[in-house]
Amino acid sequence: MNRYPLWKNLLVLAVLMLGLVYALPNLYGEAPAVQVLPLRSNLKADAALMARVETALKTAQLNPQAMSLDATSVKARFNDTDTQIKAKDLLHAQLGDDYMVALNLLARSPQWLADLNALPMYLGLDLRGGVHFLLQIDMRAALDKALESASSDIRSTLREANIPYSGVTRDAGSITTRFRDAGARGKGEDELKQHFGGLEFSAREEGGEYLLLAHLKQQEQIRIQESAVQQNLVTLRNRVNELGVAEPVIQQQGADRIVVQLPGVQDTARAKDILGRTATLEVRLVDDEHHYAEGGIIPFGTEVFKDRDGTPLLVKKSVILTGERINDAQPGFDSRSNEPAVHINLDAVGARKFKEATRENVGKRMAIILFEKGKGEIVTAPVIREEIGGGRVQISGKMNTEEAKDTSLLLRAGALAAPMEIVEERTVGPSLGADNIKRGFDSTKIGFIAIAAFMIVYYLMFGTVSVLALGANLLLLVALLSMLQATLTLPGMAGIALTLGMAIDANVLINERIREELRNGVPPQTAIHAGYENAFATILDSNITTLIAGIALFMFGSGPIKGFAVVLCLGILTSMFSAVLVSRALVNLIYGRKVRLNKVAIG
Amino acid sequence: MEFFRIKKDIPFMSYGRYTTTISLVTFLFAVFFLATRGLNFGVDFTGGTVMEVHYAQSADLDKVRNQLRGIGLNDALVQNFGSSQDVLVQIPLKQNKAGAKLSEQVMDALHQQDANVELRRVEFVGPQVGKDLVDNGAMALLLVSLGIVGYLWIRFEWKFGLAAIIANLHDVVIILGFFAFFQWEFSLSVLAAVLAVLGYSVNESVVVFDRIRENFRKMRKTEVAVIIDNAITRTMSRTVITHGCTQIMVTSMLFLGGETLHYFALALTIGILFSIYSSVLVASPLLMMFGVSREDFIKPEKTEAEEVLP
Repeated sequence: MNRYPLWKNLLVLAVLMLGLVYALPNLYGEAPAVQVLPLRSNLKADAALMARVETALKTAQLNPQAMSLDATSVKARFNDTDTQIKAKDLLHAQLGDDYMVALNLLARSPQWLADLNALPMYLGLDLRGGVHFLLQIDMRAALDKALESASSDIRSTLREANIPYSGVTRDAGSITTRFRDAGARGKGEDELKQHFGGLEFSAREEGGEYLLLAHLKQQEQIRIQESAVQQNLVTLRNRVNELGVAEPVIQQQGADRIVVQLPGVQDTARAKDILGRTATLEVRLVDDEHHYAEGGIIPFGTEVFKDRDGTPLLVKKSVILTGERINDAQPGFDSRSNEPAVHINLDAVGARKFKEATRENVGKRMAIILFEKGKGEIVTAPVIREEIGGGRVQISGKMNTEEAKDTSLLLRAGALAAPMEIVEERTVGPSLGADNIKRGFDSTKIGFIAIAAFMIVYYLMFGTVSVLALGANLLLLVALLSMLQATLTLPGMAGIALTLGMAIDANVLINERIREELRNGVPPQTAIHAGYENAFATILDSNITTLIAGIALFMFGSGPIKGFAVVLCLGILTSMFSAVLVSRALVNLIYGRKVRLNKVAIG
Repeated sequence: MEFFRIKKDIPFMSYGRYTTTISLVTFLFAVFFLATRGLNFGVDFTGGTVMEVHYAQSADLDKVRNQLRGIGLNDALVQNFGSSQDVLVQIPLKQNKAGAKLSEQVMDALHQQDANVELRRVEFVGPQVGKDLVDNGAMALLLVSLGIVGYLWIRFEWKFGLAAIIANLHDVVIILGFFAFFQWEFSLSVLAAVLAVLGYSVNESVVVFDRIRENFRKMRKTEVAVIIDNAITRTMSRTVITHGCTQIMVTSMLFLGGETLHYFALALTIGILFSIYSSVLVASPLLMMFGVSREDFIKPEKTEAEEVLP
């Protein structure tokens, strides 16, 4: 009765082997590394770049331990942080601004493990050091901005349609347009409804005046807020690139917050400056009359900017428009040719200026330049085909859908859609991170040893089996965390320790049951069988209640709580497997084959 | 080796009146301290700035305080953290006009005094974030409680679910009472520990309940109190050993885990101790009070109705 069929033994063995393989990279640990990422779309991370990096390092006698190449970057691993930093400085100087050179950590595990996608656990900021920011987007400002530009557009629309009105005012949440008579208001309403799909209009009379009130529609508000978040995310991503962070996390949290995590960054002041910076966008004319070669003379009244592929262009100094005049930019398709295009929506002032500029410069090119940190870069430089009025501009030709999307993002990302404020910051220095790892590891180790000693003394052979099962639990938990690449934090390490302490419960339940059965005079084989069978229902119940707590913690927890909850939930799952299946398999191997078993070592 | 070789069942239920009185008194004390002293909420909940800095030699706290007063931070709380070289600076939100920039101003000031000071950690939490965390914490507590009652209801009976959750919420209130009485800092990780205790100490009740159910099936014609006494006595060995093992781990964290894990482990320790007590001496008497009986588990056999067949 106490024998497992072969398949069950093999299953346990296979799971343990798999666990061993995936837990293994954690033993090798991580080594300091430098990562080189090309920043321009025409530059690729390829064998040539790897060779270039390798030669540069070898000439400077900074021999990397290993080099690797993946889809987006070249990585070089070093023995110590000293060489790593020297290498970073060297590569930065040699490769220039076209590449990002970032400090990183790389697994030291052998190639065959890396081929299996077996990576060490992903350490959270509190263990590896770094900065965590939570930024709150001021949505009211985003909505205000939208209303403001709508109110100036209402004026120009009414003026163009020759509908008399006596004034347009904007207050919190609504725009009021005043008319002298109901007829004008009716015409105005019809005209405005055609142009402003996102607004809701309602008529009212007040003090002899005919008013037309406009509100942002609910779905329009949601659209504005969503696009504000998206735009700010893109802007932040562009800016973080500059910081040279290897694996930044920039993601939306909730409706109006953005989390930025920068592992390894210590200079928080600089990080805050860069994140909070405002960028500007300018539209100017390209000077195609003069010929310009790199290093040549720059004619009076012009400047040279490079486009995203690095080609220099001569651009006039006078500015047609700035980015503030751009309300929106969306990727789409040309209605006639069906080519990918970018649709830009200018505000009233912008539309008027744009109309004048395009009328006078048909056939010439205009450049849209993004300025950040005082450095300009040409986003796009299309040819002006005709005079463009009405504030609706379309840029098309020679781009694919991907490029259209990028360009429209850049046009919008020129500035933040709405101001952001840092509402939470957590910075952990590298030395504290290392201390935290040591503390978490030490307390788990000492606790484990103490439990193991006690269990073996108290339950003898069954105690030893329990300890082995607990070891298997630790192995599987670490393997699972490594496989999922869930972020391990200090509370997560506490979670590992706590689940180990709790996992022993299942084995204690089983062992106590077996003892009880033996005391009642049941023969050992039957006692073992009954012990496992009877304890199982209890183990299941008690684990499920803990799992309920774990899931609720995961759903509502943030930061440290979430890290703890993930480990708690996974630990319960692995402990069910190891305490029931692994320990039973071991007991079966030890006692199950003996036909006449008179005594078992259970203390 | 065996610690518990108890021949006769211990009449726990006859102590029911005393134990529930003790519980009630402890509980009321906890509520009293929570009401009068309140929890010493950490920066996670109140908002504010916490900085941990490391000096090469023992730090002179008065100098640090003076330096901070120099930049207008009169309310800054400056204390040693773990060792004499580590200093913890806490600045409440109301003094902080610079928001997230404050940490840089503080570091600049401290650098003037000692160039070797090293920034180990900064936590800045704005007021809105703190409020969200409180809301989410309360939500999690509610959800865990409902989930557990629901599960025990399905698995056992509503009386068990209710008895278990009352016993365990009583543990939670007592942990909070301790934190209020000693004014230990209540941070996010302590909240995590409290919620973990809620899930964990239900374990204990479940094990006892399981035995009670089993006994109802096995020991027919026995009084309810005897059945419960037997269930508790026979699970006692497991109770003590399991909690002992968990406590070994938690103790190890309490002393070796550093300051961050200290209060987390402390909350767990109190939780573990009281969960033993409450599941044995609170949940079970409550179960009796709710009038648990054999009929809750063993459906009376239906007498077959007479049938008239065509």
